[in-house]
Amino acid sequence: MSEINHPLRKYMRPQVKKTTFCPGCGAGIITQALLRAIDELGLAMDDFVFVSGIGCSAWIPSPLLNVDTLHTTHGRPIAFATGVKMGLPDKHVVVVSGDGDLSAIGGNHLIHAARRNIDMTVILVNNSIYGMTGGQTAPTTPYGMTTITSPYGNAEHEFDLSTLVKSAGASYVARWTTYHPRQMTKSIKKGIEKKGFAMIEAITQCPVQFGRVSKQGSAVNMLKHYKQNGIRIEKAAKMDAAELEGKIVEGEFVNVDKPELIFSIAAALKEPTGGNK
Amino acid sequence: MMGNQACAEGVIAAGCGFAAGYPITPASEVFNALAKQLPMAGGTLLQTEDEISAICAAIGASWAGLKSFTVTSGPGISLMQENIGLAVATETPLVIVDVQRLGPSTGVPAIGVAGDMVQVARGSHGDYQIIAICPESPQEMFDMTVHAFNLAEEYRVPVFVMAEGFVGHMRERVVIPDESQIKLINRKITQGGEPLTRRDFLDPDVAPMPVFGRGFKAHVTSSCHDEYGMRNLHDPDVMHRYIMMPIQKILSKRDRIVEVEADYEGARLVLISYGSVSRSSRQAAAMARAAGLKVGTLRLKTAWPFPDKEVRAAAESADSVLVLENNTGQMYPYIKAESAHACKIDFLGPQVLGQIHDPQYILAKIREIMK
Repeated sequence: MSEINHPLRKYMRPQVKKTTFCPGCGAGIITQALLRAIDELGLAMDDFVFVSGIGCSAWIPSPLLNVDTLHTTHGRPIAFATGVKMGLPDKHVVVVSGDGDLSAIGGNHLIHAARRNIDMTVILVNNSIYGMTGGQTAPTTPYGMTTITSPYGNAEHEFDLSTLVKSAGASYVARWTTYHPRQMTKSIKKGIEKKGFAMIEAITQCPVQFGRVSKQGSAVNMLKHYKQNGIRIEKAAKMDAAELEGKIVEGEFVNVDKPELIFSIAAALKEPTGGNK
Repeated sequence: MMGNQACAEGVIAAGCGFAAGYPITPASEVFNALAKQLPMAGGTLLQTEDEISAICAAIGASWAGLKSFTVTSGPGISLMQENIGLAVATETPLVIVDVQRLGPSTGVPAIGVAGDMVQVARGSHGDYQIIAICPESPQEMFDMTVHAFNLAEEYRVPVFVMAEGFVGHMRERVVIPDESQIKLINRKITQGGEPLTRRDFLDPDVAPMPVFGRGFKAHVTSSCHDEYGMRNLHDPDVMHRYIMMPIQKILSKRDRIVEVEADYEGARLVLISYGSVSRSSRQAAAMARAAGLKVGTLRLKTAWPFPDKEVRAAAESADSVLVLENNTGQMYPYIKAESAHACKIDFLGPQVLGQIHDPQYILAKIREIMK
């Protein structure tokens, strides 16, 4: 009897039969966007190395993807990926990890990798909360929201990560929600093809933790929220702060070409080594 | 040549492909020299945003197939600890030079104190074994750096070169042998096949490494994993092997790894030391012998895995052991545990912490013990 397989199944480790994601989690949509991007670019999995940190979304590449994967310590995947890329400059190095991992404990590596403009694609899965550890406040949790570690309301302001990474010097930054998987796929393709630091901030629903504390409830309601509140960056530019309150600004934050790190190192060495490097 | 420069020469002689580091006294000269020399030797260098990033990048580059290196001092080691554990757990070849300085905290950057002897072996959480070796001279900064790369590649383990500020900043004649005279070891690499048909991890005889970029589809995780590298958080047998196999990988080969310099035949008192203190120790022993006292020396070239048998043999041959360390006694409890059953044991730190042991000062202590 022939078996019916999902067309993207070929990119996954054959022995992996299930995921660790909760029902309604957006990680599946993001995984599909990522694999569709690779598929549509006509690239092979062996053209990639995937690196992830700690948290729910770090389990997207590991153990799911059938390719070299490095699952690292909390906050550090970009630092590891930097070494991988410098050792294997011809590979596409992709980091998939969460907002807590990449912007709280690992925030320093995020901005410095963007500043260096190392050729790397970071898929920052932003669910606005610590999901795996049980719903603690993250640097991306909205101001005033009540969580398990902010029982009297979050007194801290949230990071605008795409603007942060753009300011730090990235070549490509885009933000999309899981309500926009096609746009997300397109941006991941651009990120992979970009010779430089690229980040795709994927705003995603965590119905189990964030949906509960935000009172947005189910995954479907959260996706509806994204649909109703998503606003294109071009349109947002013409709106004032009051109009943008509670909106999710989406689209391409930056898309520029500038010298990439490994290229720049090689260029600097050209003269002293007589072109032998 | 300065010890730190000799270390950099060793990094290049060993065929290092990637070095990452962050400026720190008294280790900076190693990285400064590499910044100039390593790219000319075909390697790549990255000054990172902190020491955490340095060790992570070095581990990443090691998985990319390069001999990898980082250098720091005590505060940097403290920051690296979590990922030293990752290197152990993922069996990653890596050389870390620690040019130790006076702590705790910021302490005194330029003063050499062997303050990290235990933290490099026990500072990351969980149970594990690493290799640490202790140079006593600029020449050994070269020799032991090359040796550290060989040990790291052979055993797939982080290897520490435990210099301290004195050795790092000491200037002495250093002989750098011709390339053809330097023996280099390269890691064994997986031959191929699917991940579930290979054994990439947890082999006490050192599994070939499924380095990235060659289509091996390696699964490398800092989580508890089985022989195939697949995460396993439910099987107690796998958890046991995840801890024990990397430990046994080192301990079962300890006779090949551990090196000491023993010169205590017929001695009634043995001076045990490592690093720069061994120089004062030898001088004090020579002075004692000249005065008719039966004094010998045991120098621990390897600190970890701990030279338990070698220390025990020395203790059992003598009436007393005097441990000399340039700290408040970091290795002393380990030495005492192997000696106390056999003989009297004493500890002698420097006159003032941060000073080199004066041989006369050691001799006075020898006379007091042997009175």
